[in-house]
Amino acid sequence: MPTTGKANMNDSQNNDQLLKDLLKRVEALEREAPKNQLTIGVMSGDLERTMLAFIIALGATTFDMEVDMVFTLRASATLRDPKKVHKDLHELEPSPIKFDLEGHGAMSLNDLIQLAAESGVRITICNLSMDLMELEREELIDYPNLTFAGVAAFIDLCGQSRQCWFM
Amino acid sequence: MNESELKALNVAKLIDARGTACPGPMLEAKRAIGDCPVGGVMEVQSSDSGTMVDIQRWCKKMGHDYLGDVANDGFWSVYLTRKV
Repeated sequence: MPTTGKANMNDSQNNDQLLKDLLKRVEALEREAPKNQLTIGVMSGDLERTMLAFIIALGATTFDMEVDMVFTLRASATLRDPKKVHKDLHELEPSPIKFDLEGHGAMSLNDLIQLAAESGVRITICNLSMDLMELEREELIDYPNLTFAGVAAFIDLCGQSRQCWFM
Repeated sequence: MNESELKALNVAKLIDARGTACPGPMLEAKRAIGDCPVGGVMEVQSSDSGTMVDIQRWCKKMGHDYLGDVANDGFWSVYLTRKV
């Protein structure tokens, strides 16, 4: 009957529109959904927190997570290569506790950084911190995935990460 | 699985991570799982008592089967089946 036919056509037009709207919304959700990614903001310049940040980063790599570490302020100076530095500024704050790392099979900060490099952990250093800490790029450790960026990069990384840490 | 069943398993990939602290055993497990055939058993030997819980959680997330662990003299043997 004509009336039923018209109603069916309307239904099918409505369904098409509904499907289009849903697809658009699913695409938007997928775009915004956090990835299996971890972003760690590192601000602390002390040895304990720096080591811990690398341990957490390495732990995440065992779960196939992509890992970004963003170093800012004092933490940036922890990435200087002592062999390349000629001035003596902003040393890592030593831990008040004397740890026997070797005796307990724990890795040194250098070992952890080396493993992070091998495990594909990316490091970003805050540009402003480079200036504030008076760091030269030539003084930094050799690291395969080292870039420089500002706060927008940090926010963007956090936005796409399932987990974010700041320490 | 009980201790004797675990000890009787045919281990396809053995990792000796004894003497390394966290996150050493996990990194070694992650590295070695690729060498273990799918369906095969991997044994991780660790002197770090945290490894049992860590490997259990890791297996759950990564889709492997945690079979159990056995306490030895000064270290633990953790058994899992690679599923994916």
